[in-house]
Amino acid sequence: MLTQTSKKGDLLLLLGFVLAVAFGPIILQPFGAGYPDLLQKFAIFGIFAIGFNILFGLTGYLSFGHAAFLGVGPYTAVWSFKLLTMNVVPAIIFAVVVSGVFALLIGFVSLRRSGIYFSILTLAFAQMSYNLAYSVLTPITNGETGLQLRQHDPRVIDTMFGINYGAELPSTTLFGIPMSGWSGYYFCGVVLIIMFYISMRIFRSPFGMMLRAVKSNQNRMNYTGLNTRPYTLAAFVISGMYADLAGGLMAVTDPLAGAERMQWTASGEVVLMTILGGTGTLLGPVIGAGAIKYFENIFSAFNEGTLLQIFSFLPEGLQHAAVSVAALFVGEGWHLTLGALFMIIVIFLPGGLMEGVNRIMRLFTKSGSGGSSPQATAQPAE
Amino acid sequence: MPILTVRNVNKRFGGLKALNEVNLEVEEGTVHAIIGPNGAGKSTLLNCFVGRLEPDTDTVDFDGTSLLGIKPHEINQVGVSRVFQTPEIFGDLSLVENVMIPALAKRDGAFKLNGWSAMNGETELRQKSMEMLGDLGLADQAEQQASQLSRGDKRRLELAMCLIQDPKLLLLDEPTAGMARADTNNTIDLLKEIAKRGITMVVIEHDMHVVFSLADKISVLAQGTVIAEDLPEKIKGNPKVQEAYLGGAHL
Amino acid sequence: MDAILLQILNGLDKGGAYALIALGLTLIFGTLGVVNFAHGALFMLGAFCAVTLKALLSLEKVVLDETQQTAWGTPMEIRTPYIEAWLGDFGVTLLDYSVPVSILVAIPIMLIIGIIMERGLIKHFYKRPHAEQILVTFGLAIVVQEIIKSQFGANPIPQPAPDIFAGSADIGSLLGFDPGRVVYPWWRMVYLAFAGIVIGGVFAFLQFTTFGMVVRAGMADRETVGLLGIDIDRRFTIVFGLAAIVAGLAGVMYTPILSPDYHMGMDFLVLSFVVVVVGGMGSLGGAVAAGFLLGILQSFASMNEVKSILPGIDQIIIYLVAVVILLVRPRGLMGRKGVMET
Repeated sequence: MLTQTSKKGDLLLLLGFVLAVAFGPIILQPFGAGYPDLLQKFAIFGIFAIGFNILFGLTGYLSFGHAAFLGVGPYTAVWSFKLLTMNVVPAIIFAVVVSGVFALLIGFVSLRRSGIYFSILTLAFAQMSYNLAYSVLTPITNGETGLQLRQHDPRVIDTMFGINYGAELPSTTLFGIPMSGWSGYYFCGVVLIIMFYISMRIFRSPFGMMLRAVKSNQNRMNYTGLNTRPYTLAAFVISGMYADLAGGLMAVTDPLAGAERMQWTASGEVVLMTILGGTGTLLGPVIGAGAIKYFENIFSAFNEGTLLQIFSFLPEGLQHAAVSVAALFVGEGWHLTLGALFMIIVIFLPGGLMEGVNRIMRLFTKSGSGGSSPQATAQPAE
Repeated sequence: MPILTVRNVNKRFGGLKALNEVNLEVEEGTVHAIIGPNGAGKSTLLNCFVGRLEPDTDTVDFDGTSLLGIKPHEINQVGVSRVFQTPEIFGDLSLVENVMIPALAKRDGAFKLNGWSAMNGETELRQKSMEMLGDLGLADQAEQQASQLSRGDKRRLELAMCLIQDPKLLLLDEPTAGMARADTNNTIDLLKEIAKRGITMVVIEHDMHVVFSLADKISVLAQGTVIAEDLPEKIKGNPKVQEAYLGGAHL
Repeated sequence: MDAILLQILNGLDKGGAYALIALGLTLIFGTLGVVNFAHGALFMLGAFCAVTLKALLSLEKVVLDETQQTAWGTPMEIRTPYIEAWLGDFGVTLLDYSVPVSILVAIPIMLIIGIIMERGLIKHFYKRPHAEQILVTFGLAIVVQEIIKSQFGANPIPQPAPDIFAGSADIGSLLGFDPGRVVYPWWRMVYLAFAGIVIGGVFAFLQFTTFGMVVRAGMADRETVGLLGIDIDRRFTIVFGLAAIVAGLAGVMYTPILSPDYHMGMDFLVLSFVVVVVGGMGSLGGAVAAGFLLGILQSFASMNEVKSILPGIDQIIIYLVAVVILLVRPRGLMGRKGVMET
């Protein structure tokens, strides 16, 4: 975690990342994840987690209300589809700008406190937004039904250019390219790469170092002549905009907005993605997001039949016992797995998968070259 | 011309009068020590200089700026750096980063949204920081994580972080508290070196050995009031000081 | 006037639940220094103690009576709960009173759950950062809630209050208002009294026992908590167990008011945290006062008269109050200066 990094290493990392996104469909084919809907989800939640990590990973401020930003994105985007155009570019720009302002407001208030107070404040704001979306804001959010496209929406810009969707419900486009299937995935993929690159720049910048200094010692920072509040606020707004962008992309692939995305369990999910992958690492959050969405997809698809098949090698009595235990964790019970995973990671591997990989690597380098770099073996002080 | 002027400072905590009409003048380029028995108000006074506590009345002037009611980072930006009783450093960061942060604060001010430029591009700053670490004998550990340093080395690092900002005034709050004798002596030597560079220092100290080897001038604080202010050799013989501070024992 | 009285009464029982949960949260935070996001789960587990007991008591013996026939010509099934068959009238009473009787069952169960939780998990997190405490207890809360969901389903399970408390009291007519204007269900009154007794019990325990003194001293100054006794570990466990019992009992008795479901814990937890913050982290009196206060405020905000002026205010009032309090008076209503202020 030291900033003395080589430019070459970063370039390689970025190149690897681009290749992974480009060939994702082929690489993940053998794992049964090579289809656009799921890959799109990886990309979208990857963006969400990268953004969350800029706040939590660098500054250590644990926001429990990031789902509020994720939830605002789709509303803004869908309204843009309804009123202006089915083109996704304005929708996404609007989503990011609106949420940026939203994040500025919430951040300005929440960041007056730190620690648990900050977590509770953000949680309170998110719950407030969630409740409002279901009550007073119904004219904007369409309440529990959710905001949907209609055939007779005005779509001013589209009409201006004489685009007519006829009797069918229109679908989102990028200057005429329909945003469904593979083109949808690659659109999200390109955005993911851009957002990953931005996060990399932030990590390697003086600004990023200041954010890590916030996490390390705010008192020292103040007495060093640095004003911590604008730094944390900037981090909060940036990460809020990432979340909104992710929300906007959700609407691009599925133009429907509902408040359930704002629920605080969704905020918990992004925390889990980030810590599962590795808080404060560049790649970790993307990996964490991918892993969780992948297993969610697999686990929730299981049902009793598939389980019976899996355990068919066992004698009948045991088979049924195994199935009934396993059934708790799959299908409807996916959340149980999620919760258990949450605990296991926090208890045993607070550094996340990246930390795990590092530990294994260290085992090899230690036995191999015998303490090549002093900082790699550095134990954190108590 | 004093660089720091403290006039008629009072501070109450509830019914307790922690500081009572304190007056103090620190001349530029000198080491000024503030001593006093426990609870005399030394730390309270220091906290009044750095914006952590707001004194009830009158003046704390530094180089023409009032330090009253402004925030810690603003006080630092006018040229006051501070060393804490327990070294305050960025434990998760490397030593060189620890020094680069104050250097950046000095160059770019209290906040700059430079998220797009690269730390790697800051070669000049890095070199300056490495030199500073070298001056304090920490060059070898430059890439190490700061939390792993020994207590004495943490103090050195903290001093490096202050010195890289070329402070006009350096405040030290019991810089050798909790240190072993050897570390204490090293720190004294180090502070003498720093004093030679002409940096004004205000030292709050408990340890007489430290005070008398460093200070150009000593103020004695007892029960919130300055009872004596003089050259070290004269302080030693001052009966008032012996009475209040040492209960009559000889220094 | 009568409307105001009614809203105050309506707010009190919910406030009682908030106060009981917040009391435990504060107790745990004050002594153990742990932020317990699984405290709502304890409240829910208490409620499901009542559900389980009721289900057990209602197990029925089915007897076919050949002498009577149903409309389809099959023999009539006579269903009698076993408990009635064994114990006669006492069994019937027991079934009727299943909710209050659950208290007796819930106390040992919640104590055991509390001890297992503290010894098995929380203990290892005393020295870890608050963020990790939040995360691990949050994970635990999800696990508990999902287990309950898999066993009891996702739908609320109504729990009737004993027959004798089933109706409502017309308090208004007692105080000279028009009859029927201020009507308050008997069970809510029972809940209120119960909450008062439990809160009083906890305070008396802390006030008058040596153990309580140690706990209070520990809350007053976290730094010295380690110096207070050699048996600090066991004391922490007991405090946690006590908090678990309080939350559990709050849950048991709340079941006739709100039919328990698996996510009731989370719903109450978020609000209870807000209550703790408003009351002042580490202040027991603050937690209780803020619990009732916020309950009443929420009840007022849901009056039609208020909603017509400020639409949606009922949905957000509690959060709004919390935000204002945290900004204006960060230590909370009754928090001491300097305790967890930043």
